[in-house]
Amino acid sequence: MAGRMRVGNRSGQPEVVDVSNRAADRRRGSSESDEPLLSVQNLKKHYPITEGILSKEVGRVRAVDGIDFDVYPGETVGIVGESGCGKSTAASSLIRLEEPTEGTVQFDGEDITEYDSEEMKAFRRRVQMIFQDPESSFDPRMSIGDAIAEPLTVQGLTDKGRRNEIVADLLERVGLSASDADRYPHELSGGQKQRVGLARALSMNPDMIIADEPVSALDVSIQSEILSLMNDLQANFGLSILIISHNLAVIRQICDRVAVMYLGEIVELGRTDEVFANPQHPYTRALLASIPTADPNDRGMGVELTGDVPSPSNPPSGCRFHTRCPEVIQPEGYEFDQQTWRRVMDFRQKLDDGALNVEAIREMLLTEVDEYETTEEVTTAETKVRLRDEFDIPKPLSDPQAEAVLESAIENIVTGNEDEARDSLATAFATPCETQSPVLEQTASGQTASCLRIENELPPTDLEQTVRSD
Amino acid sequence: MNTTTKARTDSRRGDPLLTVDNLRTVFDTDDGQVQAVDGIDFTVHPGETVCIVGESGSGKTVTSESITQLFKSPPGSIADGSVVFDGDDLAARSEEELTDIRGARISHIFQNPQGALNPVYTVGWQLIEAIQLHQDVEKDDAREEAVDLLSRVGIPEASARLDDYPHELSGGMKQRVMIAMALACQPDLLIADEPTTALDVTIQAQILRLLRDLQEEFEMGIIFITHDLGVVAEIADRVVVMYAGKVMERGSVYDVFDSPSHPYTKALLECLPGHGSLGGIPGSLPDPIDPPEGCRFADRCPYAIEECRTGAQPAFESAAGDGHEVSCVHYQTADDPSVLERVGGDTASESGTQRTGRTDGGTDESGKQERTTGGGRRE
Repeated sequence: MAGRMRVGNRSGQPEVVDVSNRAADRRRGSSESDEPLLSVQNLKKHYPITEGILSKEVGRVRAVDGIDFDVYPGETVGIVGESGCGKSTAASSLIRLEEPTEGTVQFDGEDITEYDSEEMKAFRRRVQMIFQDPESSFDPRMSIGDAIAEPLTVQGLTDKGRRNEIVADLLERVGLSASDADRYPHELSGGQKQRVGLARALSMNPDMIIADEPVSALDVSIQSEILSLMNDLQANFGLSILIISHNLAVIRQICDRVAVMYLGEIVELGRTDEVFANPQHPYTRALLASIPTADPNDRGMGVELTGDVPSPSNPPSGCRFHTRCPEVIQPEGYEFDQQTWRRVMDFRQKLDDGALNVEAIREMLLTEVDEYETTEEVTTAETKVRLRDEFDIPKPLSDPQAEAVLESAIENIVTGNEDEARDSLATAFATPCETQSPVLEQTASGQTASCLRIENELPPTDLEQTVRSD
Repeated sequence: MNTTTKARTDSRRGDPLLTVDNLRTVFDTDDGQVQAVDGIDFTVHPGETVCIVGESGSGKTVTSESITQLFKSPPGSIADGSVVFDGDDLAARSEEELTDIRGARISHIFQNPQGALNPVYTVGWQLIEAIQLHQDVEKDDAREEAVDLLSRVGIPEASARLDDYPHELSGGMKQRVMIAMALACQPDLLIADEPTTALDVTIQAQILRLLRDLQEEFEMGIIFITHDLGVVAEIADRVVVMYAGKVMERGSVYDVFDSPSHPYTKALLECLPGHGSLGGIPGSLPDPIDPPEGCRFADRCPYAIEECRTGAQPAFESAAGDGHEVSCVHYQTADDPSVLERVGGDTASESGTQRTGRTDGGTDESGKQERTTGGGRRE
């Protein structure tokens, strides 16, 4: 089929040209020296937390806290991370759906953060967005033909006949038929709606598509269909794609490069095959290990992350992942089994956060042991044992020196001297991870990653070896 | 591995906890009667996890809701069949009798914990309500039990968390609270409908492990509804594969994953993102009001022959493995199932190598190809 597509040129006059020529033109025009199409530098998006009648700023949610990455023409880049890591905010602030707090976004050589509203309108024609929920991205009372044609109308194509022509062409390109133009969103399945979403995004003949969880709301059997459609469209239209997903399998199927985000920062960035085959950051390893494989003989996850993502309004000091990292660096002068060390760190953090509630532990013992009538009767020794149990810390620790430090701290906690316990643990069990912030560094296996283990060239932990590489 | 499989099977030799026999659940609509679940059979033994897997629209959720008749009636009703729970046919029970069983002997957890918790009451209040609803205990005792339950599902400092409102907890914590609530009366059967779908992978891993541990502790039967085959492989003892209201294949998790027999199961395994075919399963579910004759999957099946489109859904035939059964024409005695292997169905036998091979090679190559074409155009 001769792909006749509309190109919105800079003067805003629509014209119809052959797609393959157009793609070739674009490549000549914008990438003769392999310049990135999109270049994000130090992008930050903070939301102020305000209080009182004067809306005084009392804190900031650092949703995105200084990220850098590039997207090259014709390339697919993925951003992956748990919910709350800032990946969606990164997408919406880099095209200024929300104003970024800091940083620059270069698109085709121009800084779009400097654009006025007229220039933004032209820019938004070149970058289109697709959202997770195809259900809510369509007007239920607008036929899908009209929905696809709407951006054309907005951008100034007044000829109805030509609009219909373009709509019919687009529908066929996304695997629907031209006659579907008269149907309404409720008549389509989720997968079909996401196809229409793609058609609508393509109607502007964009250079780039940003897709925020494009297949998360769809069935597995439909997911791969949509992803392979995106792949085909990318090849045919010469598109760059930025895809945001929490699903590593999706990223792996479609992306050339991937950025792993944690708490507003990129912790690992590299070619998808390299990152998946040889993950360098402990967080990436933990994420990969958490995916259940479709093999019942391979059960039981080697690494399990404890706890939830901390709040971005008060991110942990040093390496932001140190509060959950299974491979957190051990303190000097003590010998720990890595897993035990992680548990001792969990215990320390609880204490530091002031979230360790000895009274609650006594109450728990009260419910378990019938003889006790009030919490005062619960013995210190029993509380101490229960406190260790709560964190699965073995008694005694294998290293007698470490055991002495821990035991005296627990004693202090149970007898009410929490501050003393906090200080003694902080001095004795200090880890560089809580004070030094790692930076993204080139690693031996190709990608960049930010981890103090890499910076200090520490040997890999046992955990690192257990992570499946498939 | 074989010995553990054997041990599991042996422990199930006793009477099943739940026997679903020829269950048909229909919904009356203006356009006609939707046959959501159309004559399915399966059993759940104590201490066993049965996963019901299928696409949306396959009838897996309606199946789970049919057990204690949670669906809205009318329009929904059980048109035929029996649901025998501990010797008692639930399909014939009145609404009041079912209310006594729900939450007490059979508990449910759902996909969206946010929607299942009341936002205006504390977690503790809701848990205590659930405990007092089915047990005659004083409030203080109920509170103690609530603390105990929350700590069992891995919520730290449970007694302090009792006074939190649902919005103060993360998604994973909320799902833990839901599980605690479901366990409040030590149910014999837990029905979990996509309990981890709304959670991140890291949290999903925590919840799956928790369910496994709790099952051991409480000796519950679990019916686990999911569309995620990775989760099935992680948690199931036995698998029921559903399509368009019918069971296509059932058997132990090892048999179903190691030698998937129904073409639909094969297709599902292949279309896991990054695990094989990039095309998905072409076509869509058949009309649930007027389902086609023959095998429900025939229209989308690459191996369909004429016999597939006539008569009823093929009767179950044994496939590889003990209790592994498949509803496919090609397994009927007169036919030869190896046709499925020959016509490109070789993924089953060498799935392991194929999967990894395809994923890495696939992504890599398409990337390179694009760059080369791009370069070519530039010249």
